[in-house]
Amino acid sequence: MLNITDMKKDVESIITNTALTNEQAAMNLSAVPFNYVEFFETSSEFRELLEAGCVCTMTEGNATYCPRYTLPDYEKLMRDGCRFLRLDPPKTLFEATQTLEMFYRHIPSVTHYPVYLGSVDKMLEPFMDDPHAYEILKSFLIFLDRTIPDSYCHMNLGPEATKAGEMIVEIQTELKNAIPSITLLYDPDITPDDFAAKCVTCALACAKPSFANHKEYQKIYRTPYGIASCYNALPVGGGSFTLSRIVLSRLAARAKDSEHFLHDLLPHTVRVLCEYIEQKIEFLVERTHFFTSNFLVEEGFLKLENFTGMFGVVGMNECVNTLMEKEGCSDRYGYSEKADRLAQDIMEKMTQCVMDFESKYCDCTDHHFTMHAQVGIDVDYDISPGVRIRIGDELPLYEHLEHCAKMQPYFNSGVGDIFPFDETAKRNPAAIVDLIKGAFSKGMRYFSTYSDDCDVIRITGYLVKKSDIEKLDKGIRVQQANAMWGYGEVKNARIYERKVRNL
Amino acid sequence: MGIRGSKECPYLRKEGTEPLTLNRNEGMQQPETAEGPKVLRATVNKILHHSVVDGPGNRAAVFFQGCNFHCAYCHNPETIAMCTSCGHCVDICPAGALTLHDGRVRWLQELCCECDQCIHECPHLASPRTKDYTAAEIMEEIRKDLPFIRGLTVSGGECSLQRDFVAELFRLAKAEGLSTLMDSNGSYDYSQDRELLAVCDGVMLDIKAFDEEEHKKLTGQSREMVLKNAVYLAGCGKLEEIRTVIVPDYLSGAETVEKVGQMLEPYLKEQKIRYKIIAYRPFGVRAPYKEMLHSPSAEELERCKEIAKAYGFAEVVII
Ligand code: SF4
Ligand code: SF4
Repeated sequence: MLNITDMKKDVESIITNTALTNEQAAMNLSAVPFNYVEFFETSSEFRELLEAGCVCTMTEGNATYCPRYTLPDYEKLMRDGCRFLRLDPPKTLFEATQTLEMFYRHIPSVTHYPVYLGSVDKMLEPFMDDPHAYEILKSFLIFLDRTIPDSYCHMNLGPEATKAGEMIVEIQTELKNAIPSITLLYDPDITPDDFAAKCVTCALACAKPSFANHKEYQKIYRTPYGIASCYNALPVGGGSFTLSRIVLSRLAARAKDSEHFLHDLLPHTVRVLCEYIEQKIEFLVERTHFFTSNFLVEEGFLKLENFTGMFGVVGMNECVNTLMEKEGCSDRYGYSEKADRLAQDIMEKMTQCVMDFESKYCDCTDHHFTMHAQVGIDVDYDISPGVRIRIGDELPLYEHLEHCAKMQPYFNSGVGDIFPFDETAKRNPAAIVDLIKGAFSKGMRYFSTYSDDCDVIRITGYLVKKSDIEKLDKGIRVQQANAMWGYGEVKNARIYERKVRNL
Repeated sequence: MGIRGSKECPYLRKEGTEPLTLNRNEGMQQPETAEGPKVLRATVNKILHHSVVDGPGNRAAVFFQGCNFHCAYCHNPETIAMCTSCGHCVDICPAGALTLHDGRVRWLQELCCECDQCIHECPHLASPRTKDYTAAEIMEEIRKDLPFIRGLTVSGGECSLQRDFVAELFRLAKAEGLSTLMDSNGSYDYSQDRELLAVCDGVMLDIKAFDEEEHKKLTGQSREMVLKNAVYLAGCGKLEEIRTVIVPDYLSGAETVEKVGQMLEPYLKEQKIRYKIIAYRPFGVRAPYKEMLHSPSAEELERCKEIAKAYGFAEVVII
């Protein structure tokens, strides 16, 4: 299947694209061969579903040579240092940030950048008596923004308030950078209200931190979890081998009715996709070097048994509406009990089918893949992220939060929704904390917010500057690699039309 | 002192005349029922399910109809009086949402397009768009909000005019774990009502003017009770917030803030009281005041803020 002419075209489109920096071009080029060479045989059923767009391999290519998401055990780095990089355990705040900066440079992932920066507040807290703490943390944060040009990179804070955490949030509020993403692991019983409110103030200035339901997420894995990439909850010291997704909306288009969808199309598609995910994992573990010779594995920063495979889901909103239409009902997702019941039936059936598949690996999730509400990719058109209500159809605030609380608990490895507020909310960030508390008590897993006057906004799961999107629109290159994705989503997914809430 | 450029307005209280003052618990009805106890009802102008400006955190807010002050700058003057069912607005309504039945005006919410023409045309500073509720009905109305709100604020109009109703509503709200705040003009003698304060977590008190003449000019009422309340409520830890609207050339805002600071200084060390400095805005204000009054400059607001801060208010916000 090696088609040199097509490959040449791909290469050419990259090396002539003025909107790419040299580094971005090099990374895009490195992915090209994997779209043309196959290293393992996929099933004809799989290829058929792939062609039809009912499943999607997330541009991972046909050979995965490093796990998609890695969440190294940074506590070990702080404790023991790193032999391979000849780093001693840090003794001062300056050494600690330097150690992290050097280490981050060597963390692989699908983006080629670290998708998880660790619980930085906890790591730095022992060194916070440094009189220059503010300057050191500020230059650390600027360093991250300028050297990791990709906002799928995620820092975690909390649930406890720490001096380091508070200072990071203060500096971010001031810097308003798109990178890194930040999540507060939030537990109202542990996180003090003022710290939570401070995080909301920061989010209303630059779209982060987001809030993860710590009470719920900490129950999922045997090891501590971290939030990586968009909002993916994965075991620390491991991560995810790979992610593929099922595009429910396109699958629904093939269905005769809900019954056909639930009992025929869905089980078949899930099985075929799980088999493919397993093939990919086997290839990665058994035929590439990563789990045998990468220093992160050799030194125990990552462990094979802490990795799992992610089963992504998109397009629930359109799927349910399509099925309702096929049955002659005008019920719509989010607006009718019947439509929402169908969505829950789909989730239950799909989860069951995913659980029916046993993986040779994925020890941390008992040899099953884990469910992930995928946020979409830039070329998705008319496919809403995960189980989100589509932009333009948002419900009144509380109803929308209740809806999230109903649909989000199906996803152990990441899900979320976004609630932009108008600037009045800035006067009373505690009010947004109240909303989050209420929604989390009902089971919602992940909450993001920003203010409609922010430059940095959340696209679907990652952050981009509106000013960068304007530049890209004019063909001017920007430093942040995934701003390009944001540009696509703004054009295809009506991000700017997301309902702004006023309180 | 008259208002600069004051024009004759048929609907407004004339200088020197008695204002049409509502009495306490007026606007509340207690129909006798054959078998049971009396059920209190109150006329409600609006219920908000989420508000970030009516006290700390996210709260539900109930706005009662009826006030005993007649502030020139009131930005919802249609909440001041009770509807007399004069019928004037019925013909004006473009949506046919208002009818006159047995001498009473009824509002059909389903038809209303919220054009606000009725309230602009009402000659009595009232609104036909109100509903009567029992306290239990209000709780039902906000039941779905409970996970997302930390409290309930009653406002107005003037909420203390519905004293009995508020006490009952707050008892029910407390049973649901809500905090309870009153947003009051301070005309009610809180020091004589332990029962109410037992279920009310705090009062957000308007001190519109420290000077008696200014207060009368603006509200038609004396400020004596207001100041007494400020001290009394601060003394028993129930003063949540002081609010002063700054209207340059009409009220001496900075002086009011200064005097309030002096008056409350002894309490500010022990307790956290917020001071809200509110910029006058013409939005919603009735004629002729809308044209007469003007908004303060940013510097003037800052000056007031600095004064309040110097006295040790826990938080001073400009709105
Ligand atoms: S709202 Fe005003 S105009 Fe309408 S009937 Fe009542 S008093 Fe008359
Ligand atoms: S706002 Fe008043 S005038 Fe306008 S439609 Fe509603 S009831 Fe009628």
